[in-house]
Amino acid sequence: MPALIEIRHLTKVYERGKQRIEVLHGIDLDIPQGDFVALMGPSGSGKTTLLNLIGGLDTLTDGSLKIDGERIDALSGAALATWRANTVGFVFQSYNLMPVLSALRNVELPLLLSDMSSSERSQRAGVALELVGLSDRASHKPNELSGGQQQRVAIARALVSDPRILICDEPTGDLDRKTADEVLRLLQSLNRDHGKTIVMVTHDPKAAEYARRTVHLDKGVLVDAAEH
Amino acid sequence: MKYLPLVLGALLRKKWRTLLALLSLMAAFLLLGLGQAVNSLVEGGAEFLGVDRLITQARTSFTQPLPLRMLPRIEAVPGVKRVGWSQFFGGVYQDPRNFFPQFAVDPARLYDTYPEWRLDAEAKRDFIATRNGAIVGRVLADKYGWKVGDTIPLSSFIWQKRDGGNAWEWKLVGIFDGRDDAWQKRTGIMYLNFGYFDESRVAGAAGLAGVFVVRLRDPAEVDTVAAMIDAQFANSPDETKTQSEQAFQIGFLRQIGDIAFIVNAILGAAFFSLLILTGFIMNQSVRERVPEFGVLKCLGFSDRTVLGLVLAEALALCASGAALGIGLAYAVTALLPADYPARIDTRVLVIAAIAALLLAVVVGLPPAWRAMHLKIVDALAGR
Repeated sequence: MPALIEIRHLTKVYERGKQRIEVLHGIDLDIPQGDFVALMGPSGSGKTTLLNLIGGLDTLTDGSLKIDGERIDALSGAALATWRANTVGFVFQSYNLMPVLSALRNVELPLLLSDMSSSERSQRAGVALELVGLSDRASHKPNELSGGQQQRVAIARALVSDPRILICDEPTGDLDRKTADEVLRLLQSLNRDHGKTIVMVTHDPKAAEYARRTVHLDKGVLVDAAEH
Repeated sequence: MKYLPLVLGALLRKKWRTLLALLSLMAAFLLLGLGQAVNSLVEGGAEFLGVDRLITQARTSFTQPLPLRMLPRIEAVPGVKRVGWSQFFGGVYQDPRNFFPQFAVDPARLYDTYPEWRLDAEAKRDFIATRNGAIVGRVLADKYGWKVGDTIPLSSFIWQKRDGGNAWEWKLVGIFDGRDDAWQKRTGIMYLNFGYFDESRVAGAAGLAGVFVVRLRDPAEVDTVAAMIDAQFANSPDETKTQSEQAFQIGFLRQIGDIAFIVNAILGAAFFSLLILTGFIMNQSVRERVPEFGVLKCLGFSDRTVLGLVLAEALALCASGAALGIGLAYAVTALLPADYPARIDTRVLVIAAIAALLLAVVVGLPPAWRAMHLKIVDALAGR
């Protein structure tokens, strides 16, 4: 199967003043369409940096990053923003919902960038909320929802524009075991039943078990990969 | 419009802070509305005045009197149709608070130089024939309940009578109206018969007038005739300054200071404070939401859209404050009595709209620029 995400000799260097910190060294990684990859490794291993690069949130220093055959590392700021809106959904550890907006409005946010009418946007956001089992919480603000519910709203927001790739950065890091398992089962279902390609950073080996395979990083290099 | 929930949501995030900012903006725009209404009154209050009249005053100041013997020479200037004269009386009625403009004039010349006043023929004759006769405008007559035949005592803070007193009694012989609404609103004045005034005031002042009122044959000759009149008296002990009635009126109002400058200086100080305050609030608001801007950018919002969102917040805040402040100023000026015709007109609305827009750009642009240039990774980390 051709790789949806194709990473070659990827290097990322941060410069802090005169200090040069090489976070990723010559990473090579292929992630096929429909894969669910868990990126694991100790703190500072570069897994979140790699995730940000795959999501088009940061720029690489050297190498290449192709997604669906397109060199996203060559895209300009505005083109990259459009690419993100169309291709990637993001789920963060701390949910990152807009506190002043209802769950429905939060889910609608990515659709504001489309040409959809207000009613179309609401309808699609409602469907996404239904998919994550929260249609009865549409009018609730984030502070009126539990952590697990907020994360499911964030997943609905990530899904609403039907992206091919879901980028999840420690999606269960702030949740208890039971809720974390619910969220992970939801991600697993999105991968198996809806064909979403998921790349997830996690410290939690139990969370990684929900993925199809786990890739380990240490000190900026891939150390091993395991199929589940 | 689709971004409206985001803009309003951002403003309502800290309700008290937004409310206080709105109140500050409202106060500043109330001040702007009232100040500009006063400016309009000063600058525009003379607009209705006749364009075919000149006022000749002493070159040094209009408080310096001119001798009436100058009259024939002014009348002889080509283009002059009729000349009258006027002396400010400076009287109060019963109480120092009851002050209104009074001018001692030659009645017949008043009719010729101010045809805008409407007075019936009998009253006109009586004003000429009654030595201590006076006529008042309708606004003034209504205000004090005067009727023809009343004796009106005035105490002048300028003119003493020959007996040393400053109490003058005038017999009301007529009540005049204006020819249209604009002139009717200005009928809060009183004219006194100059003949009685001149012979009764202290001897040294007799034969002097405050200003000459010159009516022209052709309004297009305002500048030419004014220059010729002044040329007549150049290098004499009574040098003159002749200007249009409109210019004289504005100059008169400015005797108490350059009102527009004072008003604008106060407004400038208020808006500078407001700029600092609102700018601080906008900066604080954006700083608190750095991770949220990071999320928006993650979702695909472009840098320009983020810039636009912050500017829209600033504009919504400033426009709301401006609307509230100007609305309040409108209500306040609407309650003013007819004697104080300061009103919120289109000019004031345009000034307020421009001020709100500029304020929004000045306070909104720095934080919007910062939000626009946030790096997503740093923003998500709250850096």
